[in-house]
Amino acid sequence: MLSSYLGYYSLILGFIFSIWLLFYSFVSISNKNTSLKKNIVLILFLQLFTVVLSFLSLVYSFIISDFSNETVYNNSHTTKPLFYKISGTWGNHEGSMLLWLLVLTLFIFLFIFKTKNQPTKYKLLTLFFQQIIILGFFLFLLFTSSPFNFLFPTPNEGLGLNPILQDPALAIHPPILYLGYVGSSIIFSASLAALVQKNINANWANHIKKWIFIAWIFLTLGIMLGSIWAYYELGWGGFWFWDPVENVSLMPWLCLTALLHTIVVLEKRLILQSWTIILSIATFTFSMSGTFLVRSGILNSVHTFANDPERGIFILIFLFVLISLSLIIFFFYQTKELNEKKIFWLSKETAILINNWFMMYFLSVVLIGTTYPIFLEVITNEKISVGPPFYHKLFIPFLIPFLIFMAIGPKLQWIKQDYKKIKIQQFGFFIISFLIAYLIIEKTNAEYLFTTILIAAAFYLFFISIGEFLKKNCNFSQNISHFGFSLFILSVLFNSLFSSEFSANMKIGEELKYKNGLIKFNKIETFNEKNYKSIIANFDIVDRKDTITLNPEIRIYNQPNILTSEADIKSSFFSDKFLVINLLKGDNLFNVRYQNKPFMIWIWISILFLIFGGFTGFVKKYK
Amino acid sequence: MYGKKVKLRILFLSFVLITVILTIFLILKSLEEDVVYFISPTEIKSLTELNTNKKVRVGGMVKEGSIQTSTEQINFIITDFKNEINVSFDGAIPNLFAEGKGVVAEGFLRDHNFLNAKKILAKHDENYMPPEVKEALEGK
Repeated sequence: MLSSYLGYYSLILGFIFSIWLLFYSFVSISNKNTSLKKNIVLILFLQLFTVVLSFLSLVYSFIISDFSNETVYNNSHTTKPLFYKISGTWGNHEGSMLLWLLVLTLFIFLFIFKTKNQPTKYKLLTLFFQQIIILGFFLFLLFTSSPFNFLFPTPNEGLGLNPILQDPALAIHPPILYLGYVGSSIIFSASLAALVQKNINANWANHIKKWIFIAWIFLTLGIMLGSIWAYYELGWGGFWFWDPVENVSLMPWLCLTALLHTIVVLEKRLILQSWTIILSIATFTFSMSGTFLVRSGILNSVHTFANDPERGIFILIFLFVLISLSLIIFFFYQTKELNEKKIFWLSKETAILINNWFMMYFLSVVLIGTTYPIFLEVITNEKISVGPPFYHKLFIPFLIPFLIFMAIGPKLQWIKQDYKKIKIQQFGFFIISFLIAYLIIEKTNAEYLFTTILIAAAFYLFFISIGEFLKKNCNFSQNISHFGFSLFILSVLFNSLFSSEFSANMKIGEELKYKNGLIKFNKIETFNEKNYKSIIANFDIVDRKDTITLNPEIRIYNQPNILTSEADIKSSFFSDKFLVINLLKGDNLFNVRYQNKPFMIWIWISILFLIFGGFTGFVKKYK
Repeated sequence: MYGKKVKLRILFLSFVLITVILTIFLILKSLEEDVVYFISPTEIKSLTELNTNKKVRVGGMVKEGSIQTSTEQINFIITDFKNEINVSFDGAIPNLFAEGKGVVAEGFLRDHNFLNAKKILAKHDENYMPPEVKEALEGK
């Protein structure tokens, strides 16, 4: 009760600070004063403090199961473990929006606090733009989705959190993902500020690059966590489903990755200023529209907490205002690129431009694939879904040139590469990759030519980046990320080529033969846990020589009354054995699905390489 | 005449334009081939032509008492309370697949009464129903 009051009023206080900051930063911009006023930093800190306080009081309400709070009542339950009571704070619409706001205020505070060697006006402008976003979210929270609504009379028990969200990976997935999403907001504000300030130079590029790295690292990590969760919790054994909700997180990622490459060109060569700004605006726009699509209930999935049209319309209007504002600023302040430098066709900057072309292509595929069904339904009332075949068909062929450019690009020099100097041994690498790919494909019944070329291209990048590590002056962070990407593509390819699957309906005690092994269903045991009943099955998989035991589980949660399947996965360096069961009518027949997924663990490891590359780029000292 | 610079720029812009048009064409073409249409059992009944090579999604409720399981297969009936369709499926079923609950089956139609399902999609919790199913049940 008390904590709800505290949370609500500190939110209002933060809102007032926000208006004050907006006003004050606007006034200060026109002042000739060169130093940042102390009280701005103080108010900024107080704003952060109020939002943190508000967030913590919501967490507290969740911990003590204060059901007089509507949000807690809707999403919590007394029997839930403490960890999931806490993670329940952001496992719902209101709480997750409060988390958005928290990250927004945190980022602007850190930005103002950490940024040095930049003009004060630029900092004030960034603060101004960021406060517009923050103000929007305050309004959104206070008027359409306050997490502190009271319920009277106070219920004795809550409705509980959706059990499939009660999972460690998913508990930390939203905060991490938000750090990425919202991190792009500071890039957005800073880019607009730099544009207005005519401040887009190498120094600025160097400074904003750090923030791009932060957003990119968290976004990648957040997407990966969601993907890992989908792998073991949803029970399909896949890691990416081209589900619209996954796609909306991929779109800002593609933009941000393009931006990460472009900013280097801007820093080194002082070209592509406008393009950098466009990418910054686009990244944040995609983050916001992702939130809109998911929250409005247009895309239905596990992420859709509530279908309240009012909220959707609010975000839509807000998004519209932000986009128009940024476009007006963009066209009004856009200057002709001062020094029109010629770009030679063979140079590092062209290679990075090619990267951007590919990113934009992938982006448009995902964008059209995700939004087309929505438009079609509005216009013709026909319902369609766009599945993996569409994306595979449009992505995979383009991966071949993409991978090859990715291998060659970093080897080129800035400004102009003398093509006579491209070393002959690189062709040697290509032939070796081709041979390896051929030998592997020969053993499968995949489509020969195409798959061979694809795997060869991935191996080529793999070898080139390994070779690069041995050199003294290698760009470590770039190289390790490219290496990680080649590893990623290779593991995904091998995973899809060599996966095998077997599914059947089995009784306890039954034995079934599959391809080159035997599945034994030994027994089931039932346990009563704190907030669910657990049925644990015992299987033996006899495969040529060795036998492995797998214990998949079915959980019957009490509140809400939901069944979940917990797959049992035995991971090794070479393959994952994945077994999931499901209840069928009656108690004696179970739906069993066994999968052998080679190189599964390497998919996650390779993404960690990618992230590690980003991290080393972030901590690297720049001249 | 135009200068060399202008010519180059025009060349570049037309190159960009052609690429963009080609890309969009390619994407839309693939969309046409790969989309899966959603239909209700009633709509299947009223179809005059059946395309047995194109995947469809059928949504509705699993009819009470209709699930029959054998070692290889699961058979059940999807109903929208006006019409029904028989479904056979031989893969893994999702968590919340049960009689009297909403379901979406994706696969190939054999005739007006029979769907050979390749995938069963279920909802994530007991309150949530796919909007397609909801509408199919409400009869649009």
